[in-house]
Amino acid sequence: MVRTFAAIDVGSYELAMKIFTFSGKNKMREVDHVRYRLDLGTETYSTGKLSCEKVEELCRILKEYGAIMQSYKVDAYKAYGTSAIREMENRDIVLEQIAQRTGIEIDVISNSEQRFLDYKSVALRGAEFDKILEKGTLFVDVGGGSIQLSLFDKGTLTTTQNLRLGVLRLAERLHHINARPSKLEKILSEFNDAQLSVYKKIYLKEKEIYNIILVDDYLSRWMEAVKENMGSAGYVTKEGYGSFMESLGGRSGAEIGAGLGISEENARLLFISAVLVECILKMTGAENIWIPGVTLCDGIAYEYAQEQKMVISEHDFEKDILDCALNISKRYMGSRKRAATLESLTMKIFDATKRLHGLGNRERLYLQLAAILHDCGKYISMVSLGECSYQIIMATEIIGLSHMEREMIANIVKFNHDEFLYFEELSRASSLDKQAYLTVAKLTAILRIANGLDRSHKQKFKDVKAVLKENELILTVDTGEDITLEKGLFEYRATFFEEVFNVKPVIRQKRSL
Amino acid sequence: MGEAKKDYRNPAYYTNREMSWILFNHRVLSEARDKNIPLFERLKFLSITASNLDEFFMIRIASLKDMVNAGYTKKDIAGLTAEEQLKGLNIRIHELVDLQYSTYNRSLLPLLESHGLHVIKKHEQLSKADGEFIDSYFEDNVYPVLTPMAVDSSRPFPLIRNKSLNLGALVTKKEGGGELEFATVQVPSVLPRVVELPSVAERRKVILLEEIIERNIHKLFLNYDIICVHPFRIMRNADLTLEEEEAADLLKEIEKKIKKRQWGEAIRLEVEAGIDKRLLKFLQEELSIHKESIYTIDGPLDLTFLMKMYGLEGFEHLKALKHVPQPVPKLPAGADIFEAVRKGDILLHHPYQTFEPVVEFIRQAARDENVLAIKQTLYRVSGNSPIISALAQAAENGKQVSVLVELKARFDEENNIVWARKLEQAGCHVIYGLVGLKTHSKITLVVRREEDGIRRYVHLGTGNYNDATAKLYTDIGLLTCSEAIGEDATAVFNMLSGYSEPLHWNKLTLAPLWLKDKFIYLINRERRAAADGRDAHIIAKMNSLCDPDVIAALYEASAAGVKIELIVRGICCLKVGIPGISEHITVRSIVGNFLEHSRIFYFENGGAPEVYCSSADWMPRNLERRVEILFPVEQEELKAELLHILQSQLRDTVKAHLLNADGSYEKVDRRGKESYHSQEAFSEEAAKLAEESNEEEKVRVFIPERHHE
Repeated sequence: MVRTFAAIDVGSYELAMKIFTFSGKNKMREVDHVRYRLDLGTETYSTGKLSCEKVEELCRILKEYGAIMQSYKVDAYKAYGTSAIREMENRDIVLEQIAQRTGIEIDVISNSEQRFLDYKSVALRGAEFDKILEKGTLFVDVGGGSIQLSLFDKGTLTTTQNLRLGVLRLAERLHHINARPSKLEKILSEFNDAQLSVYKKIYLKEKEIYNIILVDDYLSRWMEAVKENMGSAGYVTKEGYGSFMESLGGRSGAEIGAGLGISEENARLLFISAVLVECILKMTGAENIWIPGVTLCDGIAYEYAQEQKMVISEHDFEKDILDCALNISKRYMGSRKRAATLESLTMKIFDATKRLHGLGNRERLYLQLAAILHDCGKYISMVSLGECSYQIIMATEIIGLSHMEREMIANIVKFNHDEFLYFEELSRASSLDKQAYLTVAKLTAILRIANGLDRSHKQKFKDVKAVLKENELILTVDTGEDITLEKGLFEYRATFFEEVFNVKPVIRQKRSL
Repeated sequence: MGEAKKDYRNPAYYTNREMSWILFNHRVLSEARDKNIPLFERLKFLSITASNLDEFFMIRIASLKDMVNAGYTKKDIAGLTAEEQLKGLNIRIHELVDLQYSTYNRSLLPLLESHGLHVIKKHEQLSKADGEFIDSYFEDNVYPVLTPMAVDSSRPFPLIRNKSLNLGALVTKKEGGGELEFATVQVPSVLPRVVELPSVAERRKVILLEEIIERNIHKLFLNYDIICVHPFRIMRNADLTLEEEEAADLLKEIEKKIKKRQWGEAIRLEVEAGIDKRLLKFLQEELSIHKESIYTIDGPLDLTFLMKMYGLEGFEHLKALKHVPQPVPKLPAGADIFEAVRKGDILLHHPYQTFEPVVEFIRQAARDENVLAIKQTLYRVSGNSPIISALAQAAENGKQVSVLVELKARFDEENNIVWARKLEQAGCHVIYGLVGLKTHSKITLVVRREEDGIRRYVHLGTGNYNDATAKLYTDIGLLTCSEAIGEDATAVFNMLSGYSEPLHWNKLTLAPLWLKDKFIYLINRERRAAADGRDAHIIAKMNSLCDPDVIAALYEASAAGVKIELIVRGICCLKVGIPGISEHITVRSIVGNFLEHSRIFYFENGGAPEVYCSSADWMPRNLERRVEILFPVEQEELKAELLHILQSQLRDTVKAHLLNADGSYEKVDRRGKESYHSQEAFSEEAAKLAEESNEEEKVRVFIPERHHE
């Protein structure tokens, strides 16, 4: 059975829609790509609102997109709004208006979700992607409002950072500085370098970067245009890029546009994008740029296909998320050993109590992440460990997690140390819904007993067995060591578990030695 | 080495496009003068030269006059100002008209006479019986639709409609002081211009409508005495759009001086030879027309009536055999077109092969339950177009139908609006052209949902979706379901709907954004091949060649040694045989029974030949101000077919005219060569192909086993 899907990207400066068909496993095909230039970013970034005219235009085009979807008889669609929509003060009102008028519901995604989708769509290339990652790689995702830099070291994602150097934002800034075209490059570089040098000092350090993977809307197009002269499709060497920059140097937007067959407006944005990439290239000293030419729409479709179990991912995205968490923990000097123990304990308990909590794989991942990040806050304060951990997690981007997921994890970590807040109180300062709140409660309960089992931080409970028996969760420990401390404090830790599940955790010591 | 850099843009290397056009019309006229052609076909060709000339005045002469009025002094490709061009053209057009009428009077009329058709030149020559017949015809049919108008001090000079045929008279009041007044009546275009009289025995007789009115003119101006009556005809430069033809800076000039432009200024006055001098003077003054714009005509004005004469019943032996477009072997009647196209691309060669599959393609799409959408560009369609009704049907069947209707198609606007509304009513999404651009591309996209996903079927053509002209114009069509072309076709329609251009194109190249660069790239590639000592060869067939950038590239390629064979039916601003510049270029023009209209381009590409078809000529208006498509034909056997078409035309010894170094055209010297008529050869080939496939069909009958004893 062929399924047809529409992915809509309500971007900062472009409204794009792709139509995909899925036939059988892993057979995803793009059949249409419609793009309409619509600058939403400039308005929302500066005023926080969208003018009526823009909303009008947005509705008109969305209605047309609706008609196109209908003509393809699509089975489903997904529309995502990115930073321009996200940064709108009255976005809920506007989105409701749009939904009523066009029948298209736009979901807002957080920056990290958006970047994750971009990242997914590149990872979809499978072997090609994994091969690139064999060497140090910086994944550069250039958006209208900001850019995202994700660092891969030996095939694992170590950190991802968002810098407010988006192409539209830069264009807007430059607008205020009255400069000759020949000066633009210099001004841009200075501006970019200021932010990039901070990034380098903190995150890049001495890491060797060999490849840059570039996702953007302008250079990608240029790549397509000069494909013939550049060897294998999508790849440019440092030298090739240098000669491209030379060809752009000092030319006006109109000249560049004429040379590349694009409009003057696009040429200006391409130029900004090009200078930005040049700065990154210089900062990293990378040898190669790979421009796979994917867009957010590909990621949206990929996500849908995953949900529908129509594609099997070759790349392990959960591993990326875990890698990322491990790196955060490392940065804040968390104990790797203790985290590993806690991780293994929580997982055992989670798996043994499936019948109780009814949670799935995604929630299991939350718990795992919470275990890894459980003590990151102590880097700042040993006393306010819970609160500080919460703040760190909330302020650190983890690619692949939505904002809500991040908040859930932050709360689980916090309640591991601090008093649990019930829904009424919690929801005052949080965006979590009831469902998420219940998940937080269940996972907190598990993390708390796991934490209790390792109270001494000496990993005495390495080989615990968890078995659910009627109203008791029996945790059998195979250790010759003294566990008086753990046993004594366990009672207190276990009450919350009992409250949540109405099952009492009990420790049994087995001395096989 | 030491050779001065050649200036390929030297105006001396170019021919003025208007002059070249005059030569083209001469070539058409030469068909009317060709004794080997059936008599009635010759009438038709003469009629065509007349309607061509009318259009030339309305578009080109009007435009040149505008330039003069606007004080525009920029020179054309050949280094001439508008004023210089007009001066030269004036002489040439007078020569052309003289030749038209000498052909009519000295060759065609006597021949008609000898074949039993008598054209009564003057009503004074009517017999009594015929006169009576004519008078009653006048009273019954003509008189009711006439609007006679007189001019005196209280009534101003009436508006004489552009291109209309009129009778002008000088009259005096019966009870007045003998003062001359002007009176006029339009010869109604709603009535047949050619009126047949009752025939006697085998002899048939016709007379023209203006003669009938002239004979009865006194019935229109009862209180006047008629001093003289003569037909006249004017052409104005009003209500024309120039946007497309001329440079943007000219438009600005004209806009600035728009007030200076005399709206509706008469640019041509045709009068009958022997017109009363006082009447002529009056017209000249009222129309304020220059002397050199007055054409004194030795014969009936507006020869387009000959097309009606061609339509007279009988005389079949004096006409060419009616051509019947042949079925396409891969698409026999009743075939499932989608299935056939899935087996491989299909090339259509009209009018030798029928246009029916193209209509059927849309009809089947309209009925097919798996078809999701149909998208098409329409430029000029026939009056009662089956394509329009199929599209409307599709919309009614719930398909998404998008049609781009080009309203700016010359002279067709009204016609287009009518059926565009019809489509809208049926539920089609109609786009009325693009701002500032004419959409001249011919493309149809059918999106179909199939078992393994969405498949796109595309028809691309060099000619309009017009089932009537497809019987007369030679054109190429390609039916394909290639994924790469399908993707591009979707992108074309997205662009036409106002969405951004695609990130990249697979196979198609579009004007006005990319096409000129592509052609120049292809020409330069041959040039480089020649410079490297490899085979380099270009064969290009088109209607007109006047883009200076392309011509300069061709000169440069020729200078590098590329063999360039051009088949250009109409205007050609390129000159052949310029030493060191265009010695390797030949130009031929084929003017025949069918209007050569296909655009085919062959590039040797160092032994891996590429063949393209396009809706575009090598003209600035096509490459810079229109939406046009160039598409490659990639299947080997289809490429061979196209190459065969080009080579056949290069072989033609009957209808081909060769361009000489002095700028004149001359029929191919047939001495020592077999006679080869490419258009006839194509007809025969198409018939043979159809017959062969028919025979194949016949063999495919079941043979039942019989019982043997």
